[in-house]
Amino acid sequence: MAVRTLKRSRIKDAKGTTIELILLLCAVSAVAAIFLIIWFIFSEGLPFVLEAGPQFLTSSIWLPTDSFSDGSWGIFPILVGSLIVTFGAIGIGTPLGVACAVFLAEIAPPAVRRVLVPSINALAGVPSVVYGFFGLVVIVPWIRGQFGGFGTSVFASWVILSIMILPTIISISTDSIRAVPREYKEGSLAMGATQWQTIRSVMIPAASSGIIASVILGMGRAIGETMAVLMVAGNAVSIPNSIFAPVSTLTAQIALEMGYAAGAHRQALFAMGMVLFVVIMILTGLANLASRRRVT
Amino acid sequence: MDDNVEISVKNLSLWFGKFQALKNISIAIPKNEVTALIGPSGCGKSTFIKTLDRMNDLVDNVRITGEVIYKGRNILDDDTDVVQLRKEIGMVFQKPNPFPKSIYDNVAYGPRVHGIKDRKALNDIVEGSLRKAALWDEVSDRLNESALRLSGGQQQRLCIARLLAVEPNVLLMDEPASALDPIATSKIEDLLYELKREYTIIIVTHNMQQAARVATHTAFFLLGELIEYASTIDLFERPRDKRTEDYVTGKFG
Repeated sequence: MAVRTLKRSRIKDAKGTTIELILLLCAVSAVAAIFLIIWFIFSEGLPFVLEAGPQFLTSSIWLPTDSFSDGSWGIFPILVGSLIVTFGAIGIGTPLGVACAVFLAEIAPPAVRRVLVPSINALAGVPSVVYGFFGLVVIVPWIRGQFGGFGTSVFASWVILSIMILPTIISISTDSIRAVPREYKEGSLAMGATQWQTIRSVMIPAASSGIIASVILGMGRAIGETMAVLMVAGNAVSIPNSIFAPVSTLTAQIALEMGYAAGAHRQALFAMGMVLFVVIMILTGLANLASRRRVT
Repeated sequence: MDDNVEISVKNLSLWFGKFQALKNISIAIPKNEVTALIGPSGCGKSTFIKTLDRMNDLVDNVRITGEVIYKGRNILDDDTDVVQLRKEIGMVFQKPNPFPKSIYDNVAYGPRVHGIKDRKALNDIVEGSLRKAALWDEVSDRLNESALRLSGGQQQRLCIARLLAVEPNVLLMDEPASALDPIATSKIEDLLYELKREYTIIIVTHNMQQAARVATHTAFFLLGELIEYASTIDLFERPRDKRTEDYVTGKFG
């Protein structure tokens, strides 16, 4: 047998270094893209916010024009609209999604699971414009018939958005419930706890960090969703006085107006994007904090 | 039935799919004694005790025949209240499995699911159970800490305390000390000695010295069969079956 040399090979070393460099480049470019977007939005939006002052957030009158002095720049109703729509969707979607996850992880027989899991995953792949279209032709007329008004409303966007965030909440919550050690479940059942008591008092608390993470991701999707909301919300810049009144969100308003905006108006939309970005950062920060405190 | 018998098993056989894990087992478990089940790995002793509190229900494809008589009824019957059964016949597992909750909440878990809400009553149960499990002195000043921060031996005693809090009659222990160091093991064994005054204890172990130390009766299992069941002294010193003798003298195992 030939004696192998133990000396390091220059070629192999160089190959390893090259691969490391390429991977580093990929990682850096992904991060760089995020920072570029942040920098771009802030550089376009921040001067406008500084010029408009706190009234930008607190005033309720939104009359955008190309020159700053002619317009009125209050996004308060739009900001509130975004929050109402997001939290409503989370409020409906979370209990539904967690209940569904518990069923899939703990109760459903394998045959049922084999049908349900792919169908739920398919929900995640439906384009948002299709959700919007479904909302427009099914949910909106139904609301109009049942409760009056235009139908395009807070409630319509809640229904559509909560369906849209279900796959996220269900799949991540199911995984985290299934990841709870079998020993916890056995320990609880062996003490004479019922299946429901075991799920409620042991399984869900033990899976809570994953469940909260799923809600955070769902919230991110809900607040960022544009097209589906735009199609069913009604897009009226005023604080809705009922859940069947129309509402506008930051995303929908940017998408609607960006096509024709110029000058100060265009800058104002960037400033709105900046506000959206900050709101998302605050919400995810708070949610992360909540999920970390739960882990003992 | 004999008053000194807690659980009477008659002709019990169990299959996982086509594999027969227990073969026609009959045994009478005496009340307020420690009964040890010994035998090599895979001989069916864990499967056997899991039958006694119906934990095998959680496994798919299990078929059981025979009778397990407890309190005058066959607990294998479909109309057995499994929740009540498991409250009376509790189990401690091989690997300590405290819940990811505080020490207090772990012990209070059982009483709470069985409907006790009064704070004072819960406090008393928690303290009493931890004292019985010889853990109170080590944890009394940190009941609100996570149970997962306790050492392995403390976690296992916490699991025993958690079980005592639901006031069972029978304690099933599936190799409760196999994951523990010798000092923690001896604490668990001392505890068994104390507990047998109030509880019927069935302990699975593959440690023969442990069986000899703690048990009044010992049963030797091999390949799903109950080979020999006798008082611990007889089984170790005057085994009737050649296979028992080979096992307890260390010829295989």
